[in-house]
Amino acid sequence: MNKYTPIIGLEVHVELKTESKMFCRCSADYFGKEPNTHTCPVCLGLPGALPVPNKTAIEWCVKIALALNCKINEFSKFDRKNYFYPDLAKGYQISQYDLPFGYDGITELKSGKKMRIRRVHMEEDTGKLTHENGASLVDFNRSGLPLVEIVTEPDFHDAEDVKEYLQNLQQIVRYLDVSNADMEKGDMRLEPNISLALTTTLQDGTQEIIPVELLPNYKVEVKNINSFKFVEKAINYEVKRQTELLDKGERPAQETRGWDSVKQRTFSQRSKEDAQEYRYFPEPDIPPITHTKEQISSILKEVPELPAKKIARFEKEYGISFTDAEILSREKLLADYFEKVTSLRDHEVAKQSQQTPQAIAKWIINKKVDYATVTPEVLLKHMAAAKQTVAIDEQEFDRIAEEVFSENPQAVAACKSGKDSVIMFLVGQFMKKIGKKVDAQLVRKKLQEKL
Amino acid sequence: MDITKLTITQAKKDLAEKKYSSVELTKAYLDRIKKVDAKINAFVTVTEEEALKNATEADKQLVKGSSLPLLGIPLSVKDNFSTRGIRTTASSKVLDEYIPPYDATVVTKLKNAGMVLLGKTNMDAWAHGSSTETSDYGSSRNPWNTNHLPGGSSGGAAASVAADEAIAAIGSETAGSIRQPASWCGVVGMKPTYGRVSRSGVIAMGSSLDSPGSITKTVEDSALLLHVIAGQDPLDATTSPKAVPDYLKNLKDKISNLTIGISDDYFEGVDPEVQASVEQAVKDLEKLGAKIKKINLFHPKYAIAVYTIIQRAEVSSNLARFDGIRYGNDRSFFGDEAKRRIMLGTYTLSAGYYDQYYNKALKVRTLIIEDFAKAFKDVDVIVGPTSPTTALPVGASKGKAMFGEIADILVEPSSIAGLSGINMPVGFSKTGLPIGMQIIGPQWGEEIVLNTAYNYEQAHSLLDKKPKL
Repeated sequence: MNKYTPIIGLEVHVELKTESKMFCRCSADYFGKEPNTHTCPVCLGLPGALPVPNKTAIEWCVKIALALNCKINEFSKFDRKNYFYPDLAKGYQISQYDLPFGYDGITELKSGKKMRIRRVHMEEDTGKLTHENGASLVDFNRSGLPLVEIVTEPDFHDAEDVKEYLQNLQQIVRYLDVSNADMEKGDMRLEPNISLALTTTLQDGTQEIIPVELLPNYKVEVKNINSFKFVEKAINYEVKRQTELLDKGERPAQETRGWDSVKQRTFSQRSKEDAQEYRYFPEPDIPPITHTKEQISSILKEVPELPAKKIARFEKEYGISFTDAEILSREKLLADYFEKVTSLRDHEVAKQSQQTPQAIAKWIINKKVDYATVTPEVLLKHMAAAKQTVAIDEQEFDRIAEEVFSENPQAVAACKSGKDSVIMFLVGQFMKKIGKKVDAQLVRKKLQEKL
Repeated sequence: MDITKLTITQAKKDLAEKKYSSVELTKAYLDRIKKVDAKINAFVTVTEEEALKNATEADKQLVKGSSLPLLGIPLSVKDNFSTRGIRTTASSKVLDEYIPPYDATVVTKLKNAGMVLLGKTNMDAWAHGSSTETSDYGSSRNPWNTNHLPGGSSGGAAASVAADEAIAAIGSETAGSIRQPASWCGVVGMKPTYGRVSRSGVIAMGSSLDSPGSITKTVEDSALLLHVIAGQDPLDATTSPKAVPDYLKNLKDKISNLTIGISDDYFEGVDPEVQASVEQAVKDLEKLGAKIKKINLFHPKYAIAVYTIIQRAEVSSNLARFDGIRYGNDRSFFGDEAKRRIMLGTYTLSAGYYDQYYNKALKVRTLIIEDFAKAFKDVDVIVGPTSPTTALPVGASKGKAMFGEIADILVEPSSIAGLSGINMPVGFSKTGLPIGMQIIGPQWGEEIVLNTAYNYEQAHSLLDKKPKL
């Protein structure tokens, strides 16, 4: 039987959250605004209007590239990508062709697998079409927004890894504070390229690695997916679809497909059998961009500790579990908050209650502490208060325990038959009745004894 | 006194002395336009209302003693400069009804300097040509002989000045579009260094070449206008941060230390009358103290190929936005010349041809830039004929797809290199058509170019000669 290995590469567009657009001073805060109110001659592509690049956007693009361990082109430029579409005001998109800001990067997954980043480049977004009542309307509010495109090598072989990479990428751009990466708003658009390579199983049971020159001679691109889950589904759907075709001896068509989230399937959009003809050439309206080594290293200095490193450090430095470290590191502000609380624990109130980093981590995670409203000091006070419990009078304990038992015969029976988990229900009932802050662990122990 | 025969400098003085008002001056020009423009067709749009409004405002400022550099001065502006609220067509019917919501930076600067806008001048459609014969609004005519062409693409601009329909004109040059029509119409045409004057709002032709400039009656007016329109623009990333010098300051200095370069290749195939006139002008410059030095430059024919490839490629991309969805008229309104350029440009940028054409052209362009840079180590300016011929008769461009490139052969190399240059009227042919000499300076060499031109003009002014209309 034929055995196929999925060969998957990813193109991800990330919309930056700069104040103004990429090539004009229009506000980039366009989402949900009245159509065509965030426009000017430049982003409308009016005759004679010229693009002037947004320095912050370029710096942020370089920052993303550096965070993905890319090399930076010291000499770079913008190019025109010529194509027609009604939402493209100028008849070309300003993008980067042969000299992207970043190239040859690498990013690591939890499993230790290394995925290569081919390039990180800067381009502008297009307008948006809506079709209603038989008419097509163009809204140019989004036209000219800064987009960073991150392209990987075809190093992925399953949807799981793809999902992890995408989640990492989302975290990274949020850590860098350069994009909200809000999927719902289209801040991150995902395009997996999927094809299948024939692999043979060797005698020792391992699979033969596919040499680069034997990569599949077709590529299916699924465009503009806006959720990680859909990417996963689209990949799995494509793997199945392509497997069936290959098994029948057919080569899947080289094409662009869309994802239908209702029917849960991909569908053909346009053929790409012929090479795309974008007639790239250097954008004459924008002089080449140079980055000196000094400039690059000063941007690198602004790249904060990224999630992967932070998790490892949290485990080592604070002795917290990987799971907790991972949860705390999902958001940079939350991770910072955890560290702030931890650093305060030797002071004042905290000192007496002797909180451990592990306890702090658990508390933040379990109580879903809102770091924006609960200051680290207040959090430590809460933790200290929780530790203070009132002693229980034996008689009082017995009386309430009896009440709880008689009111919940089913739970008592369940406990006795060995369903330990039900004990917590009884503890809860007990706590409610006593109306005082008592040590729940102690209550549990005593209730268990009594049963 | 006929107040339409004045220069900016003279009119400014008169306005300051209250000899007449800006409204009177403006009306005189509007009358002149009414009288002669049926013959010349220099204007696509005459902005009478706007002009009188500007002039009335200028008169108020004049009373207050304001000394803005162009206060109350009636000018014409080429129809590829966006003018807010005023139709801007680039002489193409595609934009027949296009009214820009913003001003080109040059227009803003002129307005801030107090200009009175008389109207928008005719040109080759999209600036594609050197005759105005590709205009969708009919060709303009040469004021010296209306059976002849004014040149182009800023043909309407040059004709408007030569015919005294405007004191001066704003034009644009990609390769020859200011200097060649200035030469054919016998006026001063200045093409500044690429990046000296903002392109923002100028309907793009060859983006890496387009240079807004002026057409005037005198060199002094040219210096004055350049000072107004030059400078870095936050709306054009290709403008230079270099400070703008006061072009009037050293304008009148003697040129006794000047070295002028002459390349024989620039006289090859040139009409004998033109050659003789320009050679005489070179001798005249020598008499004024300049040293003449023979130099070797690449033959100008190489520039044609380079220019054609780069410009067509940029054109094909720049015109893509006129896709029929906006601006009123669709692509069927493009004329033949625009269609030819779109096709050729699209071809040269196509996969498999890019390296062969566009990329190679860029490499040769670099060689041409280096060639000039080397020459300017030995000489201060380079002088030669502006155009190989005097104004050609109406219809001369018909059926000649490369008409412009051939007509502009002598100005293309310096345009490709982004240099500064000026056309100076130096004489007339036996048939009474003007002959022009170009003075090419290095990049940012506007001062030395103007200084050389001024010295020549002072000794050999042709200002008294006027076309009979």
